[in-house]
Parts: sequence; structure tokens; C-alpha cells
Amino acid sequence: MSDFLRTYLVVAIFGGLGVMLVGVFVMLGAALRPNHPTAERRLTYESGVDATGDMWSQSNIRYYVFALLFVMFDVEAVFIFPWATRLEAYGTFGLVEMAIFIFILVLGLAYAWRKGVLRWI
Amino acid sequence: MLFGLDPLYLEDAWLAELLITVLKVVVAFALLLVAVMLMIWFERKLVSDMHNRIGPNMAGPWGILQTLADGVKLFFKEDLIPDKSDRFVFKLAPYLSLIPAFLVFAIVPIGGDFVNKAGVVRLFGHDTYLQVADPHIGILFFLAMSSMAVYGIMLAGWSSGSKYPLLGSVRASAQMVSYEAALGLALVAVLLQSESLSTHDIALGQAAAGPELLGVVPLPNWNLLVTGFVPFLVFLIAGTAELNRPPFDLVEAEQELVGGFHTEYSSIRFALFFLAEFMNVITMSAIIVTLFLGGPAGPVPIEGIGWAFGILWFFLKLMLFLFFYVWLRATLPRLRYDQLMDLGWKLLIPISLAWLLFLATRNIANEYDWSAGQIVLAAGIGLGLLIICTSLLMAAISAGDAHEHEEVS
Repeated sequence: MSDFLRTYLVVAIFGGLGVMLVGVFVMLGAALRPNHPTAERRLTYESGVDATGDMWSQSNIRYYVFALLFVMFDVEAVFIFPWATRLEAYGTFGLVEMAIFIFILVLGLAYAWRKGVLRWI
Repeated sequence: MLFGLDPLYLEDAWLAELLITVLKVVVAFALLLVAVMLMIWFERKLVSDMHNRIGPNMAGPWGILQTLADGVKLFFKEDLIPDKSDRFVFKLAPYLSLIPAFLVFAIVPIGGDFVNKAGVVRLFGHDTYLQVADPHIGILFFLAMSSMAVYGIMLAGWSSGSKYPLLGSVRASAQMVSYEAALGLALVAVLLQSESLSTHDIALGQAAAGPELLGVVPLPNWNLLVTGFVPFLVFLIAGTAELNRPPFDLVEAEQELVGGFHTEYSSIRFALFFLAEFMNVITMSAIIVTLFLGGPAGPVPIEGIGWAFGILWFFLKLMLFLFFYVWLRATLPRLRYDQLMDLGWKLLIPISLAWLLFLATRNIANEYDWSAGQIVLAAGIGLGLLIICTSLLMAAISAGDAHEHEEVS
């Protein structure tokens, strides 16, 4: 196993310890706490009144549009991160390329703005 | 045993390597848990001071054991799983919330003399770093984990089968993905300086001799100064929003959503969400210290035991940010949701994009020794681009406003 993989092994062990921590907490709680479930206790909480309607109600489409916009900016990170670590090797060419790229990105943002997508009702 | 069979650990001194790894993992684990305990106490005590009341003062000296008492109490509380919930996902969500918070701490260098020894510390005759692991893609790892945290909150709210948690979690995911874009763009400014994604290299780069104020006073080479404050501020604001901390705590806005995504949770699962939240505050502060304030770098590195001072500086800086987060909570009112979204998309992202291009140009100009003419040309082009982009955005704003007017009338 290379040094590279060994680093991730350590991260995995650390993560395993985290899983163990949560698992032990939950199990310890299960062993210690009382358990007398009644139908009333297991009702959905809605400020003391009976819950009406379906539990998974429809939610505002706006949230979904923001997720789409996020994908645009997250995919952009795929290009910008490697570019940033190697900028000096690319030189002026890389700089101009990125300026064009960011300009197109801003164009997209302006379009979303123009369409009123960024406006929250 | 896993390590015993591993050929690399069978080399000359695998036992020492194994012991060091185990030691680091255990120390980091214990450190995080104790830090979270103290952080919750610290926050309650400080907020109560700012509110002019006493706060926890019964359990232990100055109430320092209050968190422990609360934790023990929560173990004995009945755990209710609503009938309408999705039981599997409901139980899975606390794991997804806590483990990412936990893992981020693995990449934070908490000590070491970066000026003279490149952060290498000798433990039991072996060279090692004072961080659990140093993956080459440390920063991407941090971003990946902060994305994972969205799953924990989203699934917790969705699986509760209740309206308030669902609303809270949908708010949370929209907020967190919005600010993640700004967070990533602020990070790129740091990467431009470090030219590496490893947190160790980033801390190392900041230990070099820095710029000089007026050519006389030497300043530290911290990214805070080198990248010109703007990425730091953007990162700080976006980081606070990522954490769902006040003033961006719309996720659990008590007046509107009862408790947000964890309304239906009780007993120890509820405690785990809080553990995750405070752990996130600590790890985010540690990441900010590493990225912008030089990590363990400090003004008085002492020879011999220099690495111990690294740890001291690191924790002092960490405390500064922990205090800052509590201070924010006691001072600022919660933002409205549209204000929150406007701040992220309409202010932070355009600013960090523009600043990114400015920094890149500055770096290239330094690297290739541009003449005065070239600098003026670049400045001209940059100004032109800025004007075009600003007018584009302005046109978009006014058109959008007109659009809004139509809709209303």
C-alpha cells in the first residue's frame, strides 16, 4: 500500500471511530431509556393541533431552481480548482482563458437575475 | 490485525508508525469531544454574560460540567419515532450529520514548527505531522464533507414525515448549497497562493517571510493579508451560513418552524444533532485558522519546544473564532429568507469572482515581471470587464424589478 492510500486508511479509521461514537451513543441510549410508546405520543407534532393533510406535502418550486443554479456553480469549481493550483504554469494564457470563462459565468448569473429566479417571494 | 498484515507497516519500524497513527487518532477524537463539551458551556456562559444573566453555574466549578449533565440526562429520555416517519432514514440521519463534522478535523494541522522544520515533529524517533491525515486533496475533502452535512439535515427533515421539519430541511439545503458556491470561490483565492490542495502545504506556505508594511515592518505571510481580506470575509460569512449559525439560523427558526429539521427528534438522537452542530463550529473555525491565519504560525517560535508553541497559537486563534461565533449569536437578529439568498447570490458570489480574477492577474504580473505598460493594459482590460459585467448585472436587476412590478400589478 502506498503512502497515498495509507493517508486515506487513516481517514477511514477516523471515520470508523465516528460511526462507532454515534452507534455506541444510540445503543447506550436504547439500553438506558424507558420505552412506553402510545399512539398519541407517536403522532406527528404540529404545535399541539392534529396534523392535517399529507405528511409529505408539496414544497415551493423555488428551492429546486436554487439547486439547479448550485449545480452550475459547483461544476465550475471542477474547472477553477485545478486551474488555481497550476496558474503560474499556464501564465497569461491561463489568465485570459479564465477571464473568458468567468465572463460567461457572470452572463449566466445575469440571465438568472433577469429572469427573476434569484428573487425570493 | 489489519496493520500487521500490511507490508508497509512491516518495514523497519511498523510498530512505531502504528502507535503514532493510533495515538493521533485517539488524541484527535478525545480533543474533539472535550472541545465540543467546553464549547457548549462556553457559548451558554458567554451568551448569558452578554444577556446580563448568570447562566449555568451549578454543575461543577462555574457550571463547566453542565454539558455533561445535559448529555447524561438525554440518555435517559424516551426516544419517540413518529408513526409517519420513514424509520430507516430517520435513524440514519444523525450518522450522516455527525460523521462529516467529525471527519473534517482529520485534515487540520494543529501544531508544528512550520518556519524551521516544515511542520515536521519527531515523536518516538519518527518524523510525523501534527494532523491526523494529510491527503493531497485536503481542501476538496473539506468541501465534500460540508456537502455531506446537507444530506444529514435534508434526510432528517424529510424522514420525519412532518411539515415543519420538511420546511426546515428544504430551507437548509437551499441555504447550504447557495453558500457553498461562495465558500468554494473564496477558497480558490487561497489555492492561488498555496498552489496545493493539501492543508499541510497551505500552512507551510503561510510560514514563509511575508510582505513588508511600508518596506519596514515585516508582516506574516498569512493568506488573510496576502489575499487582501475579501476572500477571508466571504469565507467567514459563507462559513457561518454553512453552519446554520445565527444570524443565518433560518433552518431552526424557532418562531416559524418549531425546531426546524430536528422537531421530531428526541432523546440521544436529538443530542447527536447538537453535537454535530457544535462540532461543525469548531472544525469550521479550525479550517478558517488553517486557511487564512497561518494555522499554528505565531509571533514567538521558540527553538527546541517550538512545536508546543504552535499548538498554543493554534488554539488561541481558534478561541478567537469561537468567541466570534458566540458574539454573532448574541448580537445580530436573524435574516429574512430573501435577504439571506440575496446576500449569497447577489453579493458574495459576484464579489468573489471579481476578486479571484484580480488576484490571478496580480500573481501572473508578479511571476512574469510585467512592465508598467503591460500592467496599465491589464488594468484597462480589467476595468472594461468590470464595467461590462456591472452594467450587465444592473440591466438584469432593473429588468428583473420591472418584471416583478408587472407580476404584482
